[in-house]
Amino acid sequence: MRLKLLVASAAAAVVMSTAPALADLVFPSLSYRTGPYAPNGIPFADGYADYFTLINERDGGIEGQKITLLECETGYNTEKGVECYESTKGQGALLYQPLSTGITYQLIPKATADGIPVHSMGYGRTSAANGKVFPWIFNYPGTYWDAASIIVKHILDEEGGDLNGKKIALVYHNSAYGKEPIRTLEELAAKHGYELSLYPVDHPGQEQKATWLQIRRDQPNYVLMWGWGVMNQVAIQEAANIRYPMDHFIGVWWSASENDVLPAGDGADGYKAIAFHGVGSDFPLFDDIQKYVIDAGKAAGDGSHLGEVLYNRGVYAAMLAVEAARTAMKLHDTTDITPAMMRDGMEALVLDNARMAELGIPDFGPEINVTCSNHGGPGLGAISQWDASSKTWSLVTDFMGADREVVDPLIMEDSAAYAQEAGIEPVACGS
Amino acid sequence: MNPEFLYFIETVLNGLMAGVMYSLVALGFALIFKASGIFNFAQGVMALFAALTLVGLQTGQVPFAHLINAIFGTQIHHFGWELPAIIAIVGTLGVMVAFAYLFEGLVLKHLVNQEPIILFMATIGLAYFLEGFGDLMWGANIKAMDVGIPSGGSFWWEDVTRTWAPEDSGYFGMYIDKLDVVAAIVALVLVSALVAFSQYTKFGRALRAVADDHQAALSVGISLRTIWVVVWSIAGFVALVAGIMWGAKSGVQFSLSLIALKALPVLILGGFTSIPGAIVGGLIIGVGEKLAELYIGPLVGGAIENWFAYVVALVFLLFRPQGLFGERIIERV
Amino acid sequence: MLYREAGDFKTSYAADLQTFPIKLERYLFWAAMAVAFLVVPFFITDYVEKSLLVPLLVWAMIALGLNILTGYCGQVSLGTGGFMAVGAFACYKFMTAFPDLNIIFCILLSGLVTAGVGVLFGLPSLRIKGFYLAVATLAAQFFLVWFFNKFAWFYNYSASGQISAPERTIFGIAVTGPNAAPWATYLTCLTLVFVFAWVAKNLTRGRVGRSWMAMRDMDIAAEIMGVSPFRAKLSAFAVSSFYIGMGGAMFFSIYLGAAEVTEAFNIDKSFTALFIVIIGGLGSILGSFLGAAFIILFPVGLKILMVNQLGWPTDLAAHFQIMIVGGLIIFFLIVEPHGLAQLWRLAKEKLRLWPFPY
Repeated sequence: MRLKLLVASAAAAVVMSTAPALADLVFPSLSYRTGPYAPNGIPFADGYADYFTLINERDGGIEGQKITLLECETGYNTEKGVECYESTKGQGALLYQPLSTGITYQLIPKATADGIPVHSMGYGRTSAANGKVFPWIFNYPGTYWDAASIIVKHILDEEGGDLNGKKIALVYHNSAYGKEPIRTLEELAAKHGYELSLYPVDHPGQEQKATWLQIRRDQPNYVLMWGWGVMNQVAIQEAANIRYPMDHFIGVWWSASENDVLPAGDGADGYKAIAFHGVGSDFPLFDDIQKYVIDAGKAAGDGSHLGEVLYNRGVYAAMLAVEAARTAMKLHDTTDITPAMMRDGMEALVLDNARMAELGIPDFGPEINVTCSNHGGPGLGAISQWDASSKTWSLVTDFMGADREVVDPLIMEDSAAYAQEAGIEPVACGS
Repeated sequence: MNPEFLYFIETVLNGLMAGVMYSLVALGFALIFKASGIFNFAQGVMALFAALTLVGLQTGQVPFAHLINAIFGTQIHHFGWELPAIIAIVGTLGVMVAFAYLFEGLVLKHLVNQEPIILFMATIGLAYFLEGFGDLMWGANIKAMDVGIPSGGSFWWEDVTRTWAPEDSGYFGMYIDKLDVVAAIVALVLVSALVAFSQYTKFGRALRAVADDHQAALSVGISLRTIWVVVWSIAGFVALVAGIMWGAKSGVQFSLSLIALKALPVLILGGFTSIPGAIVGGLIIGVGEKLAELYIGPLVGGAIENWFAYVVALVFLLFRPQGLFGERIIERV
Repeated sequence: MLYREAGDFKTSYAADLQTFPIKLERYLFWAAMAVAFLVVPFFITDYVEKSLLVPLLVWAMIALGLNILTGYCGQVSLGTGGFMAVGAFACYKFMTAFPDLNIIFCILLSGLVTAGVGVLFGLPSLRIKGFYLAVATLAAQFFLVWFFNKFAWFYNYSASGQISAPERTIFGIAVTGPNAAPWATYLTCLTLVFVFAWVAKNLTRGRVGRSWMAMRDMDIAAEIMGVSPFRAKLSAFAVSSFYIGMGGAMFFSIYLGAAEVTEAFNIDKSFTALFIVIIGGLGSILGSFLGAAFIILFPVGLKILMVNQLGWPTDLAAHFQIMIVGGLIIFFLIVEPHGLAQLWRLAKEKLRLWPFPY
């Protein structure tokens, strides 16, 4: 049996070594086009791939260096994610976008040891925003704790600045991801005097009648949601069923795609969610994608997702990666960058409105200025709202900042706890 | 009436409705187990597959579009028609019957007389296969199920119940989902039809004979294989109904296959072999878990529904190891 | 002819009772072990370690545990994922509470803790049988996952409930954490699995194993013969959970390094374990390894073939992969319901006679 095993592994080794040698810039895409979360994974993966294709087709690569995208299917499963990481890291991978909470936590120590940067854009471990403890991990432009704080800020604006005696409920996926905002919301509750009630929903979340009966009875003034997968659709449907005012129902950015609101039909009209990037396809960049990628038959998917929230997020993630690579090239004065240089580029990334306009996405996201100690970026977000009749999202506020005096101490506390547990000596950041 | 008491009734009522939804899935399990002794884990995936097929036919999706496009470099996605719901349902039924026929011929036939656990595993293999096949055929995107079932809270019931509480209590009426009411009616019709089918038709009698004793049934000239095809077709039909109901709640997507896990406690509670058991078990589980979530949940932090259902079932089993309505297990050495 | 017993005389009771009674088989086994222990560590790469060999060994350990319960004692369990979670969280607590405790002891202690929990959840088996028991063990699965998700003490009050394995060493060589060398983790897993597979093999040949098998074949008959169902079933649950707990601890600390209970130990794990055991062969130690090899290595191989070699789109490949695995499971069950181990046994029978027909 051992022999058989050896033959198998030898065969695998042979297969591995026959993979083409790659001199290009390698960006792995750990996508999930299958499994329970596929409806969310497909548009993101398409957007991520299409932007890189666009750079290759239109510009001939980043500063003349072609990009190779290595797509690997994880199915949102941690073990498959490990396999994907191990199989791609040897091929010169510059940056990982792990796309799942589990895989991100997995890769934080591993990628740090291997010296490959990880960009968990708006997910993963929030306290990785502390670049001193997590030098290789980036989660700009915003974290879950920023999101929670921004949502509360939006509610404050709606309520005229006073939340005393108001009731806010959090409906959350009962997992690492869903539990993220609780601490922040509790701190904010102490500060603003609202009453927080928690409604965990177990995976997968197809049956939430009990939760929504409770919400219907308690009549909270606002309901926040940290949901994922089928839980989102059911929650929005149930909220519509109990005729909860949808504009008082605010989701995090992973509960904010077309997939989540469409099955509920007209009932979802007015549902709000936080976003860290623009919505719709009304940007010059998307015309280019249409022209150079989709019409040229080079799209990663069927091209039907263009302009969807998660497609835009994929494009945005790829754009940030390309800009970081560009920064790294300038910084090190070479077009042949290594993962370590990529990390420097990400840490020195500055993205202002002028640059975004240049890229064809004016005001698509907040201005970003990453520093050595702050990997969480500006922590800005805007509130978007769903219009069921025209089937579009639109931003209803400007990009707002989080309550830093609440969020920052929490990040410090959690990252310090991690540093102690894992025995990490925080790096000095010069300043 | 005291609003607290009305809340209690509301919870029980909604629990019953949720229970009916579980029963719809459990029915398919019970049917197949009764007729062939197979614990069909693929029932959930069959519901998903049926729902996918229904929506696909209805919206005129091209099956295997992605595969075809990848191989031939074409860009086809839709036939460009929209079928009325009823025709799509009939078409889906045809697909499910064909599936039953194929499965019997390719798999079941070869697994006659195997141990139950082997058959169980074969159905999990089938579940894997169908999972990939369904995605490959219709794509992994989430689809809205629209066959014209009303959904949303019932105003009428809210208004009626509001008057039950004192004026000044601020009670705003009871909530009941129209979709659930429809599901309950459908389940009632379905069970009546199944009972009528098994009591009054020739096939039904043959089916009961097979359930009683395979060999005796064979010896009087009943074709076991035909019966199996019929039973799996009926289970496919039940899966379609469950798929429609659950799909209307959450959209048609992969997670639909996980409803099987909701049906398992129902099944052991009611007894694997009993159709009334599936219904009664569903009702008990539905009410039990909703009450637990509402009254015990807050004490321990909520989200206890999932395991609570299993614990309820477990407690019942300790007293009746064959489930409430299951056939008594008689063991001889 | 390739394979024969003629001339292989036993001259003592010890020789008659040894694990591998046939000489050639014995040589083959030791040769394979020599390769596994002495050759593989020098050639192992990160990829082979993390994607193939370590998961294979970890799953083999878990399958050994489940095989004792399901294959030898006949109690079908779908609570494996929950028991793995017990092992993983116990290991995490031991690792963080006693930083100086050797990781091997952490893993063994996690096994013991899991054995205790296993006995507790095994109690219903005294009354419930067959599929009713299988579904009842799902209660353990869901309850344990909820439990570890709920009580923050188990994950040291971290904000999200994720646990991460800190670096621990054996003889000064890191075996957990990101800096562990592939050969170190591989050898640690291999040694543990080797020792406990050997223990399991002998356990099943002895009095306890016989009482389990009597229970499996006909529990009432066994009881009449004086085998106590209480002791037989609960000891099977205890030993099985011990193995699964160790497997879970290795799964978390050595293989993954970080885990979240709702994701890493969900119901799919229970099914995977059951698959391994059934595909490999119920009631066979070798089967646990063969099954793990099939379920863990085969999909990776398929993926490499379809994506890296043939260049198919990853999603099509993933769909085909799951279809092929599902189809093959059915195929194997049809061709050989007693699993890969039985195929191996048949192959040996054939080889004994080859090239003669009789």
